[in-house]
Amino acid sequence: MLDDFFTRALVAGVGLAIVAGPLGCFVVWRRMAYFGDTMAHSALLGVALAFWFEINLMVGVFIAAAMASVALLALQRQGTLSTDALLGILSHSTLALGLVMVAFMSWVRIDLMGFLFGDILAVSRLDIAMIYGGGAAVLAVLAWLWRPLLAATVNGEIAEAEGMRPERARFIFMLLMAAMIAIAMKIVGILLITSLLIIPAAAGRRFAATPETMAVAASLTGAVAVVTGLFGSLHFDTPSGPSIVVAALILFLVSLVRLPALLGTRDTQPGQSP
Amino acid sequence: MLQKMAGDGQSLVEMRNAGIHRGGRWLVRGVDLTVRRGEIVTLIGPNGSGKSTTVKTAIGVLRPDQGMVERSRSLKIGYVPQKVTVDWTLPLTVERLMTLTGRLDRTALQEALEAAGIEHLAKAEVQTLSGGEFQRALLARALARKPDLLVLDEPVQGVDFSGEIALYQLIREIRDRTGCGVLLISHDLHVVMAETDTVLCLNGHVCCRGTPENVVKSAEYMQLFGSRAGETLAIYRHHHDHTHLPDGRVRHADGTVAETCDATSREATGASDDETVGANRNAG
Repeated sequence: MLDDFFTRALVAGVGLAIVAGPLGCFVVWRRMAYFGDTMAHSALLGVALAFWFEINLMVGVFIAAAMASVALLALQRQGTLSTDALLGILSHSTLALGLVMVAFMSWVRIDLMGFLFGDILAVSRLDIAMIYGGGAAVLAVLAWLWRPLLAATVNGEIAEAEGMRPERARFIFMLLMAAMIAIAMKIVGILLITSLLIIPAAAGRRFAATPETMAVAASLTGAVAVVTGLFGSLHFDTPSGPSIVVAALILFLVSLVRLPALLGTRDTQPGQSP
Repeated sequence: MLQKMAGDGQSLVEMRNAGIHRGGRWLVRGVDLTVRRGEIVTLIGPNGSGKSTTVKTAIGVLRPDQGMVERSRSLKIGYVPQKVTVDWTLPLTVERLMTLTGRLDRTALQEALEAAGIEHLAKAEVQTLSGGEFQRALLARALARKPDLLVLDEPVQGVDFSGEIALYQLIREIRDRTGCGVLLISHDLHVVMAETDTVLCLNGHVCCRGTPENVVKSAEYMQLFGSRAGETLAIYRHHHDHTHLPDGRVRHADGTVAETCDATSREATGASDDETVGANRNAG
């Protein structure tokens, strides 16, 4: 089954979307869209480091993204510049550093477009194993972390007072994000990872009553976006990564359309007594 | 029903000489505060006097820069902060809010919602609640945990007056039934729960402390709030023995001006008559 490159792309993309759904929800809830973008941009620095030190590409990207988030936390704690400005600085300087480092390494040929926009059609069996293995690990940790992280998202002070250790939850979440970026880079590329996190989550909001259902809705939306995007790219001969994002965008726009009948049934719910 | 156990209950949290220093100044310092099991402690004070800071230090949200805070081992806290905003993107029903920091069985959840009078809102999204309803939901959440220490930062804000009395009665019932300690901040400088065992008046430090008059029976109080209010609320009258001057110094009741309000350091700085007159004008 996995002999066909298109099937491999579908399997890899769907796996990625399932992992991105719940993570993306937290990115949206915590208003970390730009933060996620910054971590993703630092991935190119990770690619350069991986080539420089001859380590596994995913490991290099994970380390770079994690370092970017730690650097941001440290700079935030110093409190001289706003988070917004710090993110702007980190985001573009890590990307630029990566590009400069790559240029210095004349002995390696790097498909820059592949890293920036992804090359899902070149996914190997090993990549699929990495996506599902790593993705399962990310989701397992997130499930374990769910209550403290959600409590920290709703109100950090309540979480702290009631023993949820929000700082630790936040830090582990950063590591999960870094892992997600390391896994996703090859599929949708550095520049489009954030959209895979955020757009399905945003589309899922309308149809969810609890955080948990929104996470599931985001995963499903992402999976549908991957499948339709890939078939679209095959049909229209468009680049696969951006096609997936366009498909996700269309789903998001559809979710914005008000369906009176659907809304009517939802509005009566709060009034019902159990 | 448990009797009031103030004074002989187990100490839940104890602050000794605690202070928080931020941005080059002390938000609050030198706070001694103990909350025991079954005791109700109320903090009052003007805006910026460090009430919330003190409470956050007591429950471990802030670490003291001075002094120390001791909490009893495995202390279960139920906390209602002054302000909670839930992002619209986060779908959160009242029911789901209840289990934010721990599991709950169905009956405990139902009981807490009923106690706070919002059982009909169980399925409502928190973003659609009014200020008073959300406040009750937060209180219900804190109660449902069956905490050892209930910590409420201005619990009756946004609640109308009859709701305020009902909430205070609820807090008292919870205390009587579970024997938990209660640490609360009153939004009104002069009104505290009648059941309060200790009132602390803060103004960057503990200005004064004491027990509120049992129930205020004064004519103007009855006239203002009605007789039923008297069962739940009490006016806390107190006289400061010193005044904080605009330049940061302190004028004591005997007219002397000192750098701090600490009585022992009063002798350190003598003040001339001119200074005192000037200070009086400033304070007026």
